Amino acid sequence: MHTTRPRQFSRRHLLFAGGGLAALSLAACDKVLPVSFNGIDITGANYAQDFRLTDPDGRERTVADFKGKAVMLFFGFTQCPDVCPTALLRAAEIRHMLGADGERLQVIFVTVDPERDTPVVLKAYTNAFDPSFIGLYGDLQRTSETAKAFKAYYKKVPTGSSYTMDHSAFSYVYDPQGKIRLVLRHEQGAPECAEDLRKILQTTA
Amino acid sequence: MTNMTPIARILALSAASFLVATAHAQVTVKEAWVRATVPQQQATGAFMQLNAAKDTKLISASSPVTPIVEVHEMAMQDGVMRMRQVPSVALPAGKTVELKPGGYHVMLLDLKQQVKEGDTVPLTLVFEGQDGKRETLEVKAPVRALNSAAKPAAAHGEHKH
Repeated sequence: MHTTRPRQFSRRHLLFAGGGLAALSLAACDKVLPVSFNGIDITGANYAQDFRLTDPDGRERTVADFKGKAVMLFFGFTQCPDVCPTALLRAAEIRHMLGADGERLQVIFVTVDPERDTPVVLKAYTNAFDPSFIGLYGDLQRTSETAKAFKAYYKKVPTGSSYTMDHSAFSYVYDPQGKIRLVLRHEQGAPECAEDLRKILQTTA
Repeated sequence: MTNMTPIARILALSAASFLVATAHAQVTVKEAWVRATVPQQQATGAFMQLNAAKDTKLISASSPVTPIVEVHEMAMQDGVMRMRQVPSVALPAGKTVELKPGGYHVMLLDLKQQVKEGDTVPLTLVFEGQDGKRETLEVKAPVRALNSAAKPAAAHGEHKH
């Protein structure tokens, strides 16, 4: 069953995702879905399938490394004063709300600013929110390819003598089998998200 | 004031503080705070509540912790976060304007040093009234943890100037 939410999401995303995401969301709507989510159900989507990025210890990570856990992935940059800390704070709250099941949630922060977000900065940054969180990075090309594969948007924007990053602020959720299931909007509160995560952990345990 | 009687000294001090208060009565700053950084992180944001007695605007800010301080606005559109420098933030008379996550903030860029929780960051805010007259205001903003929420549960004191 589904609500009108995926369609609203599609329409809005026609604007920045060039319609690709819209078509995929609608395709996902053709399936009979056993659970309804507060977030955007993208079960069966053919994007955001996987990633191949490096962790601060130099190990290459893919979604298969986290089998048995739900994975919640967010694109951001550490110099972001606002949206990124808020998203990671929400992730920490969600993990806390899941209680013992929180152990089965892996939160991943992918930097869209690998030039400034060195492994040292990334590690300290994610640790400040929850020591279990992992920051991942790639070189400029890998970062761009990864964002494309997720239909995520980011852009370097000059400000004074420095620069900032525009970026989409969605969290992507994989089930414990490593299948992409959900997109959580930035505006969704931690309780709503935790409810979705609980369903994902229950139905695919 | 060494020759004054204690009473005279108190009166003189009160008069002095009264003068300071009227000179700076235009804008009140409350709940100023800066988000902590991790080592080598070069930027962070400062947040606060501003209330002006008369129509004015915040036009710039500076701080001894970095030469680059900008006033920014964050906007979410179609799920995309955009952050831009703004020339000013309007402060309509009597209305509290919040610089908070999800809206305006003072951006501290190009930091050479970590900003640690518990530290205090001095900020100088520059306002411009409708008559074009400028007023500066010094704020000492406590540094809160990196994972601080937009709205803290407890009050963290206030700075009146």
